[in-house]
Order: sequence, then structure tokens, then C-alpha cells
Amino acid sequence: MAHTSQFCTFYLDKLLFGVELKTVQEVIRSLEVTQVPLAPQVVSGLINLRGQIVTAVDLRRRLEMEPRPAGVPAMNVVVRSEDGAVSLLVDEIGDVVEVDDSTFERPPETLRGEVRLIITGVHKLNDRLMLVLDTAKASDMTADAVVTAR
Amino acid sequence: MESYRGEHRSSRDSFSPWKDKENNENWRIERGQFPWQSFSAWEKQAIMSQSEIVKEFLIESYENLDRLDRDLVNLEKNPKDPEAMAGVFRTIHTIKGTCGFLGFRKLEKVAHAGENLLTLLRDSKLTLNPERTTALLGMVDAIRQMLKEIESTGQDGEIDYPELRERLTRLQSSSAGDSGVVADSGVQPSSPVPPEYKAVDVLPAQPILEAKGRDAAPETIRVGVNLLDKLMILVGELVLARNQLLQISNTVEDTGLQAVSQRMNLIATELQEEVMKTRMQPIGNIWAQFPRTVRDVALGCGKEVEIEMEGKETELDKTIIEAIKDPLTHLVRNSVDHGIELPEVRLQAGKARTGRLILRAFHEGGQVNIEIGDDGAGLSADRIRKKAVERGVVTPEQATRMSEREIFNLIFLPGFSTAEKVTNVSGRGVGMDVVKTNVEKIGGLVDLQSTLGRGTTVLVKIPLTLAIIPALVVTCAGERYAIPQVNLLELVRLEAEEASTAIEMVHGVPVYRLRGRLLPLVYLSKELKLAANGDHGRTNDDAVNIVVLQADDRQFGLVVDKINDTEEIVVKPLRKQLKTVKTFAGSSIMGDGKVALILDVLGLAQRASVVSEARERSVAEKASESAASTADKQTFLLFAGLGDSRMAIPLSTLARLEEFPVSQVEMSGTEWVTQYRGQILPLVRLAVVLEERRHRLHSLQAPPVADSGPLQVLVMHHDGLSFGLVVERILDIVEARADVKSKATRPAVLYSVVIGERVTELLDIPAILEIAGVNKDYSGLAAKSAGVAN
Repeated sequence: MAHTSQFCTFYLDKLLFGVELKTVQEVIRSLEVTQVPLAPQVVSGLINLRGQIVTAVDLRRRLEMEPRPAGVPAMNVVVRSEDGAVSLLVDEIGDVVEVDDSTFERPPETLRGEVRLIITGVHKLNDRLMLVLDTAKASDMTADAVVTAR
Repeated sequence: MESYRGEHRSSRDSFSPWKDKENNENWRIERGQFPWQSFSAWEKQAIMSQSEIVKEFLIESYENLDRLDRDLVNLEKNPKDPEAMAGVFRTIHTIKGTCGFLGFRKLEKVAHAGENLLTLLRDSKLTLNPERTTALLGMVDAIRQMLKEIESTGQDGEIDYPELRERLTRLQSSSAGDSGVVADSGVQPSSPVPPEYKAVDVLPAQPILEAKGRDAAPETIRVGVNLLDKLMILVGELVLARNQLLQISNTVEDTGLQAVSQRMNLIATELQEEVMKTRMQPIGNIWAQFPRTVRDVALGCGKEVEIEMEGKETELDKTIIEAIKDPLTHLVRNSVDHGIELPEVRLQAGKARTGRLILRAFHEGGQVNIEIGDDGAGLSADRIRKKAVERGVVTPEQATRMSEREIFNLIFLPGFSTAEKVTNVSGRGVGMDVVKTNVEKIGGLVDLQSTLGRGTTVLVKIPLTLAIIPALVVTCAGERYAIPQVNLLELVRLEAEEASTAIEMVHGVPVYRLRGRLLPLVYLSKELKLAANGDHGRTNDDAVNIVVLQADDRQFGLVVDKINDTEEIVVKPLRKQLKTVKTFAGSSIMGDGKVALILDVLGLAQRASVVSEARERSVAEKASESAASTADKQTFLLFAGLGDSRMAIPLSTLARLEEFPVSQVEMSGTEWVTQYRGQILPLVRLAVVLEERRHRLHSLQAPPVADSGPLQVLVMHHDGLSFGLVVERILDIVEARADVKSKATRPAVLYSVVIGERVTELLDIPAILEIAGVNKDYSGLAAKSAGVAN
């Protein structure tokens, strides 16, 4: 029997993404974000998660996608990282899905650039594809931290 | 005993996830001593407790080793202290026994070699000389190294230190002729130390002994730092919820709710204070290693140095303790290495052969002061001045105008301290700029005083805690920002009509004349690229709020939209995603639950290029400042005089500030007195002295009003007489130049000066004593007791 794993899924501009359930600390509705001037663009700001200050990463920007349309509240997928919790801002939360290794495939060669480091592969679900995200890479922007808003 | 321990621990730890323990278990599994699968639940628990024992062994051993460093250095100076020697012996013996029991053979071997030597020393068959101390300290280092290895890998490492053990064995025979016999008896089984294999039998008894010892000691338990940090976070959250509850209860007409929320308010505040206390540690924790450091450095450069410590129990927040450890170590090394002279030089200079290094720590005004002083050669202002000019740090004109103190502070400049030659000449080591930077990073200050031939003292002032700091909250473009109070100098508000003319331009750069000096203005919204008010073309009907800040040596005015309030804020560090943003020092949660950023004033100043050019300019400015002054700066104690007036005395005339409850005041005739440090201290009331003569008689005879607050008393010594001056209110301690003088308007006043923009009267102390009529006969007696008290 193939190895199965659980994913927490969410949507970004109609695309379905999944992060491993065990890395997810919690999922919460949109919280008030304090913007950080001069910060890298992917950092949406800081949120107060029950007394803990958590950095919110705009996943759309991180994945070089179109910005979220105005008026659409973002959802927070709070994931654990080496450096404490990080919140990934997404459009909409999906279900928790259980998949096994047989449906996994590496990302196509034609997927290039920074995004390729973050999307580790694809699970072929019955009706659609689920893009698997590496949460550590998604929340780490030391590589492009130089690209600040200066 | 062992099974008891096991069960005891398992019940305590029964909920701890097995997963987390796996790392600690690895060393057991790898050794293959026990096939994992065959363990019964009970055995698993037993092994888990074993790893707990290892953990505890590590923690205890680290602490013991720190003490060993200290004890060994003490023993070297005072070898005849049998109790200290027995203590050292016992510690090593315990470590050796425990690691034998836990199966760390290499560690055991090293400890054993040391123990043999210690046996002879304890039994006075040998004496402790520097060589033996060095070897024993080397053993302590080796053990520490191996403990670290155990901590990270679970094993005591590959190295078993053959040279060190050989040295320890060799030192068992003293160089004296009869040494052979002595050494022999040391390694014989007849020695009072049980041989290796017996240690296992000895050990189980140890926990019982310790348990007894602990009963007698104050009740303490070990708690992980993580837990304390978490508690702190939760308390912060509780305080927030409390604030919200208070807001709601104020809008709802419900006395029951209000009573409960008030109670909750009090409890939360108290809880916050207590949790803060759990994070405090005595500074002695990091000082403990200094005797060893001093000894090693002194030995290395052939000096003799004695270290003295005062105020070891002074408490600081854990994070600060960690942050100042390195700078302090550096300063201590520096003092020994460069400050204190060689014994011969000292003798020639008429000083004691042994140099003295004095560490002092004390609380003052919400800050902790740490002094590192030596009685060494001191700094030569002339030499530093010369080198500074040579290196182009200052121009010759500037250099001649700079005061000695300013010259000394030049050694904190980066260019200065990295220049080998300069530091050798000036007598200070490399990296003073690093010390300064590190201390400033935690909101501290460094100052240096030195007298040529007499010694140098470095004063480090640091805040009590980093976790909660006072800050000014401002608003800019709709967001709130917190500015640490340590950086804050003053606030200036320009009304709209004033602002348009008061802010002038120097080639497009806005400046404001603050008391005649140009203050560069930095617009926060512009620096942070905030949308609103980007250009400083503000609408005309807006008042301008200027926050005058100090960054490095430079002052600048930060223009913000609104100044909210000062608040105690809980500082939370920024995560790595935001580490690159130098303008912020951290973040904090405000009363309404929103996050606000804490400005890094130095970072902001650098961004606005206020600081980059500041070095030379500020030096030049300082030079001109000191040249302009006719008198040197003096420190004054300010206090309220009659009515709204302000009075001052030079701080140097003051012995102490005291607060006496009114109940402690006794009447001696018409005079107020109090018992103070075993003498009778006459109390002189400033208000009475200054009153018109006709009222005075009446006031003099009045006893103190029983229910008034405690008396603020300045204890002074004058002409061999101690007395207390009762004042209404103590205002401040300021450094100022007393060069603007005017004649006195009343008898008790020397003259008037301008301090901090206000006319302040300087008290004439002898005149006051005369007016108050403090008994002359009595003063003779008091003089004697004053001599005793001081």
C-alpha cells in the first residue's frame, strides 16, 4: 500500500494549492494587518495572533501572481517554521485531502524561476491538480530579501 | 532509589510526547546495549528517566564547573582554605562518580586524573601553585567540552585528553625532593578517595544527601526559559484582554461587571509584575567567570590582579544579561591587559604590586549601572589627542579645544580602536567600538573616566529590561509607531502659522532652529515611504510635531503627524523576513490589540543620512561647544524651592538622598532631628530657612504634620557636620554649565544660574546652616559621628 499523507488545501486565483497538514498550526479568518514600510513586498505585514506577533506573507506575491482583487479578505494559513509561526495569506480555504504517493509528480520542467523552488510538485486529484507548496521556502525570503520597496 | 527516581519522574513527565525524547535516546540505541523493541513499558520509562538524569547531570555539572572556576582561583590565592578545597574535591568527585555510573568512560578518566591530584591537595600533601591551578582549570575546560559533546551527541566524544591527564598525574609529584613519597600515597588505594569502581556504589547515596540539602535551602525549582517566555506572552495577551474588558465595562451600566473587571485589572497587573520578575537574574551569574578570566589574562601577561565585586545581586532581565556578557568580558580583559601595569612598574610608581579591578553594579533611576574600574596606568589625553590628529580624526584646532572627557571618548570610535598602534599607546585594546555598539544596541550607554597614573573606569548604563520598555507612541499616515524613550530628548510643537516660517530650508533640506542651533528635520512619512504627506508640503492648517531624537552623537527632529502618549510596551523581536529592514527594532501589541512597529532610531537616522556625516561634524561641534564654555560642566541636583521656583546644589556636595517617614522625625527642642545610621541627624527645613524672619519662629517650633507624606531629605556633610535638608520635591539631576550667573536675591542663595532654560538658585550651604542655627557645640559631636558613619 502506498504511503498516504494529508494536505490542507486552499485557493489562490482559482488554482488549488496544498501544504502538508502537519506543518499547519491553524487556519483563521482575516485579521487586521499592520503594514511594515520598507519591507520586502511579499511581506504583507504583521498580525497579532493571540499575543504572538506573526509575519503575514502574501502568497500571491510570493508566487508572482496577480495581486488579490481589492475587497477580497485574505484567509490566514498559519504554518510553523524554524523561526516561529508564519501566516500565509490565501484567497479561500479548501478541504483537507488525503492523497497517496502514486498521484504525485514533479513539477513540469517548463515551470521556472523562483516559483519552482516553492512548488515542489503536483498531486493529480480526480477532478483537478493540487500544487504542493514547500512552506519553509514560501516563508523564507532571505534569497530575495534584498528586493525591498526602496 | 533508582527505581523510585524513575517512577517519580515518569509520573511527572507522563504527558511529554515520546517523539521529543527520541533525540536524547539515540545514544542509548546506537550503543546497542538494549534492543529497543524488547523494552517493556516500564523499562522504557526507566530509560526515559535515565535520559532525564543525563539532562540533570549536565545542568548541575555546568553550574558546578562555573563554581569550580571561581573556587580554584580563590584557592590559588588562599590555599589554606580547607573547606573550599573540600568543596572543589567534592564537585569533581561527584562528576566522576556520576559519569562512571552513566557510562561516560572518557570523561570519567579525565575527572579521575584531576581527582587524584585534588586528593593530595585536600590532604595538604601538596600545595596549590599556579601550575597546578592551571592544570586543574584545564581539566575544568576539558570536562566542560565533553559535557557539551554529551549534550549534542549523547556521547562524551573521541578525545580523552591524554596530555592533560599526563600533566595532572605528573603534577602529583611536587618538584621538591620528598615529592616521590607524597605522590605514591596519592595513587594508592589507601587514599581516602574510593577507587574508580567503587564510585558506582558511592553514587546512589548522593541523591539522598542532595535531597536533604535542598530541604534546607530556599524552595526553588528549575523551569525552562521557554516556559517563562511563553508565560510572558500569555500575560501580555491577558493584559490586552483586560484592556478590552475595561473598555466594555465602562460602556455598560452594570456594577457587578465593573467590580469584576476592576478586580481582574488588579490581578492582571500584579501577575504581569511577578512574571517579569521570573526573568530577572543577578548580574553575579555572568560575573562568576571573571575571576577566572582575570587570572588567565593576568598570568598570560605577567601581571598580578585582584578582582573585587560589589552588587553581585543586582538583577537584570535575562535577555540583557546575555547581551552584555561579551562587552563586559571585553572590558574586563582590556583592563587587565592594557590598564593595569606590570608589578615592577607599579612598584616604581609607588603603587601596590597587585593591581585592583573593581566591578560594581547598582540600580539607579530605572537603569542598571555597571562600573569596571582599575587602578592602572590610566589614559593619557595628550597621547590620544596626538594620535587623533595624526589619524585625521580631528583637526589640531579641534583637538586642543576638546575636553579631556571628549578626548577619552574618542577611543570608542571605530577607526580609532582598530588602529593597533594607537591603542597600544593609549593603553586600551581593540574593539572598544564593538563594546559601545553592543551596549547601545540594547539601549545602553558607555562612558569612560580616567586619570593618568591613577586608573580608568568604564561606566555602562543599561535598561533593566528589554522585554518591556517605556516608549513614545506617535502616529504617521494612520499607523502608530513606538519610539524608545531612551532615544527621546524632547518634543516640539509648532502651531500652523508658526510652522511655515520656523521650518527653514538649507538647499532643500528642512531644518528647525532649536535654541539657536540647527536641527535637521526628518519626515517619518517620507522616510518610510508612506502614502500620505509624502512631500513635506503640508497643508497650512496643520501643526507640526517634532520629536527631537538622539542617534549616536547626533540630534535630529522627527516630524510625525500626531504624538499620542507614552506607554510601557512589550517588545517582540522581528522575524527573519523583516530582519533586513533596519528602520525597525521590533514590534509590540498596543492596547487595542493592533500591532505597532518600534522605530530603530539609529537605523532611521542612518537611512535619512543624519548619522553618516555626523562623526566629524559632531566632534567639531562638541569642540566648539566646549570652547564656548568658560566653566566645565557640573552635575546639579534640582529641587523645588518655594512656590514655583527651582533650586539646585552641586551633586558633589550631596552624600545621599533619603526618604524619612514623618513618624521618624523627633523633636530636640525646637529642632527636627532623626536617627540616621547610628547618629542624630539634624533636619533643616528649606521652607523654614527661606521664609521671612517674622514667620520663622512660629514654623520652627511646629512639629511635623503627622499624616503628610515621607520627607525628601538631602543628606549632606559640610565642614565635618552632617545634616539633612528637607525639601518639598526632588526634581532631577542634570549636567549643566553654571556660567550664566546673576546676584543672589536672598541670603541663603549663592547666585542664580540658568539650568535647562530656567533660572535656578544655587543654595549657599554654610549660610543655610547659619540661618537654621544648627547648634555649633552639637556640630562638634556630629562631626565625630559623621567620621564614623563614613
